[in-house]
Amino acid sequence: MNKEWESVIGLEVHVQLSTESKIFSNAPTKFGQEQNSQASLVDLGLPGVLPVLNEKTIEMAIKFGCAIDAEISSKAIFARKNYFYPDLPKGYQISQLDDPIVGKGKINVEVDNEEREIGITRAHLEEDAGKSLHDKYEGFSAIDLNRAGTPLLEIVSEPDLRSAKEAVAYLKKIHSIITFLDISDGDMSQGSMRCDANVSIRKFGDKKLGNRTELKNINSFRFVEKAINHEINRQIELIENGTSIEQETRLYDANKNETRSMRSKEHANDYRYFPDPDLIPIKITNEKIQEIKESLPELPEQKIIRFMEDYEISNYESKNLNSSKELSHFFEIVADKVSSAELAAKWILGDLTAILNKNNLNIKDSKISSTDMIDLLKKIEEGSLSGPGAKKIIELSWSSEESIDDLIKKEGLDEIKGEDEIIKIIDEIIKNNSKQHEQYIQGKEKLFGFFVGQVMKETKGSADPKQVNELLSKKLKQ
Amino acid sequence: MKDLTNLSLLEQIDGLNSKEFSSVEITSSYIEKIEEQNKILNCFISLNENALEEAKKSDSKIAKNKANTMEGIPIAHKDIFCIKDQKTTCGSKMLENFISPYSSTVYEKLFNSGTVNLGKTNMDEFAMGSSNETSFYGNVLNPIDHERVPGGSSGGSAAAVAARLCSFATGTDTGGSIRQPAAFCGITGIKPTYGRVSRWGMIAFASSLDQGGIFANSALDAAIALENISGFDKKDSTSLNKKVPSFFNEASSTNKDHIVGIPRSIIENIKDSEVKNNFYDSVEILEKSGIKTKEIDLKNIEFSLPVYYVIAPAECSANLSRYDGVRFGHRCENPKNLEDLYARSRAEGFGEEVKKRILIGTYCLSAGYYDAYYIKAQKVRNLIKESFVNAFKEVSSVMMPTTANVSFKQNSIQDPVEMYEQDIYTIPANLAGLPAISIPSGKINNLPLGIQFIGNYLNEGNILNLSNLFQQNTNFHNE
Repeated sequence: MNKEWESVIGLEVHVQLSTESKIFSNAPTKFGQEQNSQASLVDLGLPGVLPVLNEKTIEMAIKFGCAIDAEISSKAIFARKNYFYPDLPKGYQISQLDDPIVGKGKINVEVDNEEREIGITRAHLEEDAGKSLHDKYEGFSAIDLNRAGTPLLEIVSEPDLRSAKEAVAYLKKIHSIITFLDISDGDMSQGSMRCDANVSIRKFGDKKLGNRTELKNINSFRFVEKAINHEINRQIELIENGTSIEQETRLYDANKNETRSMRSKEHANDYRYFPDPDLIPIKITNEKIQEIKESLPELPEQKIIRFMEDYEISNYESKNLNSSKELSHFFEIVADKVSSAELAAKWILGDLTAILNKNNLNIKDSKISSTDMIDLLKKIEEGSLSGPGAKKIIELSWSSEESIDDLIKKEGLDEIKGEDEIIKIIDEIIKNNSKQHEQYIQGKEKLFGFFVGQVMKETKGSADPKQVNELLSKKLKQ
Repeated sequence: MKDLTNLSLLEQIDGLNSKEFSSVEITSSYIEKIEEQNKILNCFISLNENALEEAKKSDSKIAKNKANTMEGIPIAHKDIFCIKDQKTTCGSKMLENFISPYSSTVYEKLFNSGTVNLGKTNMDEFAMGSSNETSFYGNVLNPIDHERVPGGSSGGSAAAVAARLCSFATGTDTGGSIRQPAAFCGITGIKPTYGRVSRWGMIAFASSLDQGGIFANSALDAAIALENISGFDKKDSTSLNKKVPSFFNEASSTNKDHIVGIPRSIIENIKDSEVKNNFYDSVEILEKSGIKTKEIDLKNIEFSLPVYYVIAPAECSANLSRYDGVRFGHRCENPKNLEDLYARSRAEGFGEEVKKRILIGTYCLSAGYYDAYYIKAQKVRNLIKESFVNAFKEVSSVMMPTTANVSFKQNSIQDPVEMYEQDIYTIPANLAGLPAISIPSGKINNLPLGIQFIGNYLNEGNILNLSNLFQQNTNFHNE
């Protein structure tokens, strides 16, 4: 990182709330349906239609507020944000300006083992717009209003973030909070979580903020980091070349890894916010807030501590296991059924995560179910399946429909070889590789690995490596 | 055979239920009259081709003793109420070809109470106007004097009821759009408490002020009709979840326990001496029939007009943004790009008055002006509400003239502010969300004049009762 320039970043995160129906209409919110099939009269903005608030969205927003220890407003007022765009049917978006449901709060993020507190300015409810499809029909733009009216929680941070890495950590933290709270699926690939970044730079030690640019359309954790870093470098380059930064909105192009100007400050919209007269202010009582607070599910930070205490696993393991709600849930199910929770943590974070990452899958789409995992770990604990055997089964079952037991049988891993059998195999191998044996005795100790490999191959991984090591070193010296 | 169109709603309901005449007969009478007079008066924008079919269905229901409250009564709807599969223009070129895919709650309630829809009435474009001269579908003539305006914005409904082209008609009132035309056409018009009648499917002008209501030939008829369109609707968040009493029972009760407030400063400042005299004559009629009156002060009421002309345009500027040529409504030909599509569709689709108000509203909401205009107007609006709340601690209703003058000649008012001043006495009830009724109170040079009663929240029954009392002691509503 540049030693001279400090980057100052604030994020606006749009989270799609996982309600059954839209925020102001009763149309369903399902993703990936036929175009315009999820748009009701209200979503189409027909003359004479009126919005009716889906109260579940208020509860979800309060849940988030409680989770980040924020002030909750005593009333929710919706406002019209006026601008023209074809995918905005009414010509205004119903959003919030004054009295956002969630006021000032904070969350902690950790980067390189250093924890920092990031301020949350506010979080408010609003409706999503539809989608414009510009390349579907020659000479026309097409509008899909399925998404129009989907509830969004817009979470605005203070300009407290100091690096792209920190921004990603913050985003991941938001992701874990909303998924643990079960208020959103947080799926960035489906647009359930979207992010705009306000980026500026200043000399270290400066108090004044530099001119900022707003980066739009960053839709994955990876792109957030890339886009912000790119923008920081662009700004440093400009300033070092004596050019000032223009306050503007820039669009991130993931394909080219560049940002380009969308509109300058002079062309910024005057949104002419005013309270929506179609929606009466909603009162939020202290009792309601208290009720929601008491029913909050366990949050990642609490769970990390509990896992360390209950399962005696390391802080590192506990954090990783709590990186998502599904993973933490998977671990709990498995750890409660096996005798060594540590072993469960090791396998879940090790081989299972590796194969998930390799296939770019989430734990909820894992082909190894928690029951499979319990099965495997129990077998390891009993000594009826070796580590390498289990590893093999994990890999095999990924592309097989057969049950774990069938696979073990098929691979001949069901009978772990006894000492006598292993000795027999070792004797045979030494006999067949007398040359190597001689070289080993003469001091070429590297050959030990060769013999281990031969034994493992012969036993198809069904021998305990520790036992093989012991027996081999004894036998080879004879 | 007697002219069925001259009967009151009450007499028509009785006649239909006692099978003295049929819905087909009464509907045909109105249709004949419409065919003859609509060419001149221009009350209707579209006629319902199925009216006689609907009447037949009603007759068979009556025959089977399955009649609803107003079975077979032919009525008209202001063309601001969406009716499924029918054209709903809102008086604008913008919606010239708009066929609504759904029905408004007001229409559905009236349909369910058995009424026959004769057609949709002319109106000022998007309900913006006080003379029905801003309609894309031409001026409506006042049936009493064809050179004059029927008032607006619900001018078509008012003229249709006055000319007896329908039994009663629906209207909407944002700043006086029911009461002022009712006064100009010599009929009864009521705007209930804000939230009493659902706004679902009623095309929005200024959402916090718009309220549906009724034009009828008497307070009793209005009471029956109003009862049938009132009630909570979960599709409208501003709708009031309050029980609807029998307005007819309340209107016809013999209770005389009224104290009518006379706002001194307003009455003293009436410019037209004949209007002032008519008002005092009306007070005298009430007092003679045993009604108590009391002078009151309504503070800040003089700011109603400027407050209204900030809030209503501000809300309308957003409400009318949806007419962008993208999904429905007028779309310009061969748009060059998106901005051209917006600019030309709206320039071609909207008339001058609508554009003027969108511009005023956009200005009032713009950065740097919002606090000075919109926020200040809302503050004064609250003060006006407070004045009424205080007044209702002493009186049961407030009495004012409906208008400052009788109907004026077509095209005679060119100054927009002079036109806006038409609503000077009607706007306060909208700002406060109070129920208000206009009833005929006599004539000046053969042109009708109205007085207005403003009631307390949800107390439509009170002003209907007072109006009925007045009408029992006068014959202005039958002239």
